[in-house]
Amino acid sequence: MYDLQEKEPRIETQPSLRVCGVTLGLMPEGAGWWSDERLLVVADLHLEKGSAFAARGIALPPYDTRATLARLEALIEKLKPRTIVALGDSFHDRAAASRMDASDAAHLTRLAKNLDWVWIAGNHDPVPPREFGGTVMEELRLGPLTFRHEPQAAPSTGEVAGHLHPCAAVRVRGRRLRRRCFASDGTRLILPAFGAYAGGLNVLDVAYENLLPGFDFHAWMMGARTVIPVSARRLEAD
Amino acid sequence: MTKPLPAPKEAEPQGAILPPAFTRWFEARGWRPRAHQLALVGLAREKKSALLVAPTGAGKTLAGFLPTLVDLATNPRKTRKLHTLYISPLKALAVDVKRNLEMPVAEMGLEISIETRTGDTPQNRRLRQRREPPDILMTTPEQLALLLSYPDAKDFFGALDCVVLDELHALANSKRGDLLALGIARLSRLAPGLRRVGLSATVAEPDELRRYLMPQPAEGESFSEIVVAPPGAVPEIAVLTPMEPGAEEGGEARIPWSGHSARHALPAVYEAIRANRIVLVFVNTRSQAEFVFQELWRLNEDALPIALHHGSLAAEARRKVEAAMSAGSLRAVVCTSTLDLGIDWGEVDLVVNMGAPKGASRLLQRIGRANHRLDEPSRALLVPANRFEVLECEAARAAALEGAQDGMVARLGALDVLAQHILGCACSEPFDPDALYAEVKSAAPYRALPREDFGKVVDFVATGGYALKNYDRFARLRPNAKHEGDMRLRAASPSVIQQYRMNVGTIVEAPMLKVRMIKSRGRRPVGSMGGRYLGEIEEYFIDQLSPGDTFLFAGHVLRFEGLAETEALVTKSNAAEPMIPSYYGGKFPLSTYLAARVRSMLAHREQWSALPPQVREWLEIQAWRSVLPGEHNLLVECFPRGDRYYLVCYPFEGRLAHQTLGMLLTRRLDRAGARPLGFVASEYSLAIWCLRDSGLMHERHELPLGELFAEDMLGDDLDAWLAESSLLKRTFRDCAIISGLIERRYPGMEKTGRQVTFSSDLIYNVLREHEPDHILLRATYNDAATGLLDVGRVAEMLKRVRGRITLKRLDRVSPLAVPVLLDIGKVQIDGEANEALLAEARDSLIEEATRLV
Repeated sequence: MYDLQEKEPRIETQPSLRVCGVTLGLMPEGAGWWSDERLLVVADLHLEKGSAFAARGIALPPYDTRATLARLEALIEKLKPRTIVALGDSFHDRAAASRMDASDAAHLTRLAKNLDWVWIAGNHDPVPPREFGGTVMEELRLGPLTFRHEPQAAPSTGEVAGHLHPCAAVRVRGRRLRRRCFASDGTRLILPAFGAYAGGLNVLDVAYENLLPGFDFHAWMMGARTVIPVSARRLEAD
Repeated sequence: MTKPLPAPKEAEPQGAILPPAFTRWFEARGWRPRAHQLALVGLAREKKSALLVAPTGAGKTLAGFLPTLVDLATNPRKTRKLHTLYISPLKALAVDVKRNLEMPVAEMGLEISIETRTGDTPQNRRLRQRREPPDILMTTPEQLALLLSYPDAKDFFGALDCVVLDELHALANSKRGDLLALGIARLSRLAPGLRRVGLSATVAEPDELRRYLMPQPAEGESFSEIVVAPPGAVPEIAVLTPMEPGAEEGGEARIPWSGHSARHALPAVYEAIRANRIVLVFVNTRSQAEFVFQELWRLNEDALPIALHHGSLAAEARRKVEAAMSAGSLRAVVCTSTLDLGIDWGEVDLVVNMGAPKGASRLLQRIGRANHRLDEPSRALLVPANRFEVLECEAARAAALEGAQDGMVARLGALDVLAQHILGCACSEPFDPDALYAEVKSAAPYRALPREDFGKVVDFVATGGYALKNYDRFARLRPNAKHEGDMRLRAASPSVIQQYRMNVGTIVEAPMLKVRMIKSRGRRPVGSMGGRYLGEIEEYFIDQLSPGDTFLFAGHVLRFEGLAETEALVTKSNAAEPMIPSYYGGKFPLSTYLAARVRSMLAHREQWSALPPQVREWLEIQAWRSVLPGEHNLLVECFPRGDRYYLVCYPFEGRLAHQTLGMLLTRRLDRAGARPLGFVASEYSLAIWCLRDSGLMHERHELPLGELFAEDMLGDDLDAWLAESSLLKRTFRDCAIISGLIERRYPGMEKTGRQVTFSSDLIYNVLREHEPDHILLRATYNDAATGLLDVGRVAEMLKRVRGRITLKRLDRVSPLAVPVLLDIGKVQIDGEANEALLAEARDSLIEEATRLV
């Protein structure tokens, strides 16, 4: 049976959450927005993941970098940020920049030129390439918040991190829905991966046990037009 | 729809054709060689390829091998080389046929070696087989592809005299058939003059298979010879309409309006099992098998040995059932199409088909499982689950009695299969693209392949074939010796070859999880607890379960406890009513031929006498309240119900085609302002509900039905719908795996926590956005159009009913519309509605607490 009733576009309010008193807007594209600082934060771009597989004989379509950059550019145009923080694993591996198509590289350089761009080092890119401009940092502290790649064991107050590619699954009226998500208990925030080919790891996985213990957190699941907070108690494991 | 088969070829007198040892063997067994068996020997002597069309039990297999045995017996070779290759769709069948063939070989004292080679053959024996091939090798299409990918393929197949393709009707019209056709084309180059023999059950259009067997010339067509064995005895087929419990003979039959379980008929099915020696109970889906098995055991007061057999059960469990069956220690087996083909069960005396058979040919194939002796009629019982299925069963019965068959839709060779074959060729030896193109075109499914498409597929295999040329340095195909001017292409590295061998084949299974029965419950289940392995179940089914849910599997009501790595842990449940796996009815859509017969039966009242009174009455009331669908027109009924207006039409084209039609019609209704809210499709009809009355709109000329059902909906509307639909993602995944773009998932190879490295959905999204005309997306679309969407049938139907739409405006629901309306609410909502569901999970408290505005 096909139900067409929900096709009407609905007006959605832009959800937000507080981390250590800082209000962060959650974009359905998978980015965080600190409007007071005009700061846009994205995690795990994994640029050139496609070509990394191609080098191993799996010729995935070579368009993941341009798809990721196009989504990022759309967000930049919408929000006009002053600063962008890329939370590490921005490049899929050390050779990513050398495999990047010239037009994609030029696109990234152009985006980075007009902004205060911070590359946080990640495990895939411990030394992010310098040719695209921006500043490389291990972590960035700003007000009560700390931006770093890999989340540290709780308590880690005010931490904004990526690395784990959180996703969540919930069952509604018998139907299971699985989406990328933000995960937060109000003291810290873990961002979803932004990269076009990045997979996901369920927030109930044991990898999150020391980060978001118990069920006292929410997964902010990515819908098509908005982000929807779901209590951890409602979630299902993979 | 069906045409008579040509008369059997006149056989030469037996003495002139068989060596004395053979004649003596036939006499010793009290047999006479059959005319079609001798005809094949005669054709082989003339080096001619042939299609043998014969019913079950006609000695088809022996006929296929007789020329080989005669040749090997009369012309001994100096060194042993592979003489005959036998290919079957099932590995179990290859093993079975080997056993059957060994008997005459041993009894005639022939020095002929026969071996099998399947996925189960141990590595050392495979190596030995390549060094010292047997005279006759029994294998599968996938193993043939593997053998052809070795550098020594030319040597291995160089002396091949004959290839025998068994159950060709089941193989030819599929991606496996495409792969096999490409393999045969290659064999013909390695072994010029190769003779091909196709063995087939009766088919409506044998010319398709005759062409499949032959190398196709650049111009025109080539067909093999054909030998037709006389048909077997006419089967005895009954349609079961059980009586109301306690009703006297001739009492009122009780037939449900809708549903597929046929629960009402199970007591009668149990009685049939009691009254016969061995009964095969065929069902259409695995979940139905579980349900029927469970219900039969509930009725099984005599504790008759009734077993269960379907593709998801552990191999060991299946083999046990097969062994018990052969030993004659079972009274009934509930099975899916896994037992449709081949293997000889001997003493089966009744075949029961639960639900409608969906196709005339499928029914004949299944009936053939009963009584493998030609001269005695097979007996079958059809069990319709609802009123429409009564009509379908009667139509199928009439078709089977006439021996009529479904038509075959000629298919074009799939491009993803071609990609796999090209890589295989490159693994064997360097190829010149032009020469390989000529070879590929000689395979019947690819005879119309344009050179340009072939070039694109070669590019795809080499570098992914993307417009953005970024991967040349990672190419999988490279010129053989560029500096010497040898530009033939070869596999770039041993790892490419290994990748090919790991991924060969065209069968892409849905991701499966192992089901393991554990004892404890309460504590959180953990993996590697031991426990009995019950079989495998689709990951997407388990995804629908929460811990504590119960379902039917392997004949038990099981309680889902949780997942541990790649295993689903379950405990035995005492629940009487499990949550039954949902019905995946789309597996075999109603065949075009049978649909036409059902329409004809509805239109001809004199044929209703065969129907049970309740169904007849249902049709009478329909004729009185509305009208009956005719043979060539399309009936459209419009009526109000609740606060909605319904439009119900009866194309009888199968659920897939109706779903496609529903998607397209609702787009048009939406544009015309009829405000459609939803639709539901069944095998027979389609119901759409709107806020406005489309019947009234037609009469006011706001929305003429002729325009609504115009054929041009298959143009832009179809494209626009596909662009926003997620339907193609699953098809894309299969094509990506078959074409070698992404690798198969093997158990144990995945990371723990089922975190896959990338998902084919993400790749699909990116490719569709950035290179929508990529060759792999074309392959995906072609697949979906023929399979998932059944676009061809929608097109045929729209053409058939043009100018022949009968509108009937009613003040309330018609009798014929009741079944499809009962389906509303039973079928899951799909697509965009997921967004609305996700919104329901919203924790509003937290959102209110943190909302800015």
